[in-house]
Amino acid sequence: MIRIANGQGFWGDSLEAPLEQIRRGPIDYLTLDYLAEVTMSILQKQKSRDPRTGYARDFVDMIARGAPDIASRGIKIVANAGGVNPEACREAVAKALNRHGIKIGVVAGDDILQRLEDLTSRGVELKNLDTGEPLSTILPRVQSANVYFGGEPIAFTLAQGAQIVITGRTTDTGLVLGPMMYEFGWKDDDWDRLAAGTVAGHTVECGAQCTGGNCQVDWRSIPDLADIGYPIIEAEPDGTFVITKHEGTGGRVSVASIKEQLLYEMGDPHTYITPDCIADFTTIHLEPAGENRVRFSGIHGRPATDMYKVSISYSAGFKATGMLMYSWPDAYAKARAADQILRARLDRLGLRFDSIHTEFGGANACHGPLAGEPPRDIAEIMLRVGVRSPDRAQVERFTKEIAPLALNGPPTVTGLGSGRPKVEEIVAYWPALLPKSEAWPEISVEES
Amino acid sequence: MARVKLLRIAHARSGDKGDTANVGLIALKPEYYPVLVKEVTAERVQEHFTGICFGRVERFELPNLGALNFLLHESLDGGGTLSLKADAQGKTYSAALLRMEIDIPDELLSKDPVHG
Repeated sequence: MIRIANGQGFWGDSLEAPLEQIRRGPIDYLTLDYLAEVTMSILQKQKSRDPRTGYARDFVDMIARGAPDIASRGIKIVANAGGVNPEACREAVAKALNRHGIKIGVVAGDDILQRLEDLTSRGVELKNLDTGEPLSTILPRVQSANVYFGGEPIAFTLAQGAQIVITGRTTDTGLVLGPMMYEFGWKDDDWDRLAAGTVAGHTVECGAQCTGGNCQVDWRSIPDLADIGYPIIEAEPDGTFVITKHEGTGGRVSVASIKEQLLYEMGDPHTYITPDCIADFTTIHLEPAGENRVRFSGIHGRPATDMYKVSISYSAGFKATGMLMYSWPDAYAKARAADQILRARLDRLGLRFDSIHTEFGGANACHGPLAGEPPRDIAEIMLRVGVRSPDRAQVERFTKEIAPLALNGPPTVTGLGSGRPKVEEIVAYWPALLPKSEAWPEISVEES
Repeated sequence: MARVKLLRIAHARSGDKGDTANVGLIALKPEYYPVLVKEVTAERVQEHFTGICFGRVERFELPNLGALNFLLHESLDGGGTLSLKADAQGKTYSAALLRMEIDIPDELLSKDPVHG
């Protein structure tokens, strides 16, 4: 049995969780997910300004703090912290470890930004999976393009003796499946076991969201969320596994908390596609296996497809969101009036937007029309108006029409503390498929 | 028959893929699952999310988990970074589905509320 921990559910998750996973009990592997779809474009911009950047700096800081434990206990670490510059990440990690003898492996080759012209000119359309449009329609606006590799390149890197594996774009599930393939010698066509590892990876990929975080069932009774334990997989060679957390930590691992996470971001549950296999989530059998322990078994998989998923980011215009807080009495009526006044002024200025969107926080920002009318004596309402346009100047002009409402609109309004709203560049996401024959993981292992 | 909100017999979690939101709906007890299958159809969910979901609704069954998964297409104002919604990722749509009222045989209803 091996213990695989998750210490990071997304870019921006708890800085302490990975260290707690290392320090508060036994683990063999620590896996960390640092990349969101938009992260790659931010990192690509950083790298274009400074070629030594373009990776997740948080990861390097974590390694520096955890170095004594990582070295003395031989904990293996797998992270997609490499972003668009895994080699620079390796150098920084080697420096942070400040000791020799630890082998650091890198999985690169996922970055196809420089190859897009060539690919499209050869007829690889990279059509948008949602809309069917060919990439050529937005090619000049592309900011990053990365193939999602799976667990297999990670397993290969571990087999070459790496204790720390840094990848670029990798599926979240691959971070967990890779160590299982390596440790248990699973073959790349052992579809049921690959599917089992994939399900394990999906379960822990959002960190504490499977250990009682964001859990609806009996949420008040979930113990000590302030000290919530992140998930640990106790994996067996036969593909069965238990999800648990370190003893003495808060949160709760229950069949209910696990089921919620299994359904998170789920499409067709029969056909969960990764580069490694297709996992069938309708075959998962769950059972309680003691306090804060849930056992998984029975998982089936099918052969992988011959395509990689590609994540492309591109510049898609500008947006800004303004907010104003209206108090009792008639808070909702005042906020609605202010929205009408604002829209009339935007009209009068001749501004045109692709979208203007109004929400009333406290009344219907979450559930829209399903929330019904708020009570007449509601204490306060947050008016929130957003606009989107390809033209930065129009969005900029909008941001200057919010503050005046404090003096020249409906009464008892506040909340302007942070000044004018900021104009944000929209970096949108373009999902596509690429034949596997068009991309290859580039693996290297070096001693630090 | 009793008329209850789904909140009484189910829990849920929602997330996003582009402009599509997914809502996983899970029976709080095994005996509630057939009720969910019968009552919470794709058509009813589509109607329930009027004004939020502008595309079609797909439903998938997971009897092994006592759960249904719904895909609500065109529900997130473009989705991801394009969206102007506070809840651009549909994180609270799980609770929005639990507002739906359905009919359930009296004898199936538990006395104690599970949601504390």
